[in-house]
Amino acid sequence: MTALPNAISEPPATIDLQEEFAELGVDEVLKALDAELVGLVPVKTRIREIAALLLVERARQKLGLASEPPTLHMSFTGNPGTGKTTVALRMADILHRLGFVRRGQLVSVTRDDLVGQYIGHTAPKTKEVLKKAMGGVLFIDEAYYLYRPENERDYGQEAIEILLQVMENQRGDLVVILAGYAERMERFFTSNPGFRSRIAHHIDFPDYRDDELLAIGEKILAEQNYRLSEAARAALGRYIVARKAQPHFANARSIRNALDRARLRQANRLVAGSAGRRVTAEALMTIEAEDVLASRVFAQAATTEASHG
Amino acid sequence: MRLTQGCFSFLPDLTDDQIRAQVQYAIDNGWAVNIEFTDDPHPRNTYWEMWGLPMFDIRDAAAVMMEFTECRKVYGDRYIRISAFDASHGWESVKLSFIANRPKEEPGFDLRRTEGAGRSIRYTTHAYAAQRPQGPRYTSS
Repeated sequence: MTALPNAISEPPATIDLQEEFAELGVDEVLKALDAELVGLVPVKTRIREIAALLLVERARQKLGLASEPPTLHMSFTGNPGTGKTTVALRMADILHRLGFVRRGQLVSVTRDDLVGQYIGHTAPKTKEVLKKAMGGVLFIDEAYYLYRPENERDYGQEAIEILLQVMENQRGDLVVILAGYAERMERFFTSNPGFRSRIAHHIDFPDYRDDELLAIGEKILAEQNYRLSEAARAALGRYIVARKAQPHFANARSIRNALDRARLRQANRLVAGSAGRRVTAEALMTIEAEDVLASRVFAQAATTEASHG
Repeated sequence: MRLTQGCFSFLPDLTDDQIRAQVQYAIDNGWAVNIEFTDDPHPRNTYWEMWGLPMFDIRDAAAVMMEFTECRKVYGDRYIRISAFDASHGWESVKLSFIANRPKEEPGFDLRRTEGAGRSIRYTTHAYAAQRPQGPRYTSS
């Protein structure tokens, strides 16, 4: 393809980074990331840094300074519901715009998609997934499940070996993002040092603060053309505090689920009270405090308080 | 004798970059790409063996090239063709097929004449390579 001698395709002497940045539309993606994702400041900073690095790398390639494609494999660590998948999707977009992946699709998989059930099943399965992800981003959720030290005949190791090989040899063809909870990923990396050395960017996703969760909740509702009444907003604030104290709290995902249940109760309330009355659009849109307050979480919080005091 | 089957067979052998470009064209059209190989070059031999399964849901030619490289490692001494199947309704057939790898030496075909009643002659061709048993047909020994 690039059989042209250097004398003809003389690289340009200078490159305007700002112009390049605007032209590629990376700025739009980053702005959208800022606007649509609440909180996550360290993550956003880190992504900006990576985008800047890639932009410079691209400019270097144009000027004939860089030879090898950079290692772009990443690991996202953080608690459940902190936006790892959402950010991975944006990352695929950024990488695509900057030309570091050719197609920009995101293939999201877990252990089940990679590891087979019997001898000889794993390699074709893993390769199948890798082929699908070529030219884009392969997102492996809960990647630490791939490695099961307690079972020495586990096929996960085979999948890991194939992954590592492709991650090394076909760096230009796909980017792998591993995701999972921080401490388990840490253990995974210590037992598979090959992975750590092949991953260029480790990004940690912090938990959301209470006010950020509330903002996320409102955002989710706004997307579905719902909104909270003033009292419901306060109730949701209290709900978040109570829910956080309980086990299996999954940040934004818990809020989404809570709101789904609130919508259920709202629908129930509207239908029950609709005898002989017509409902307004206003009523259909508004979630009232009672829809939130009926949650089991408040009852449980009350009992734990009672048992403690 | 150079085997001429499928597209591009009168052109010089395609380079890897050219193969990649053809494969990408097939993928962009939504066709499933297959890799097939054989050591029986007879033109009526439609049953080439498949290397793996047809690749339906891939987005980038790199995936096919990965498999093609593997196939060439194992069956580099045989014919390997890449074909693209259009599964859309009304077509359901191969839309592109070209030879991507061929043996170093192609001995060609032997033309046989069978005399029939009233001086009529029937013609058949036999690949010289196919006179040897399957497998080592193109290994130079």
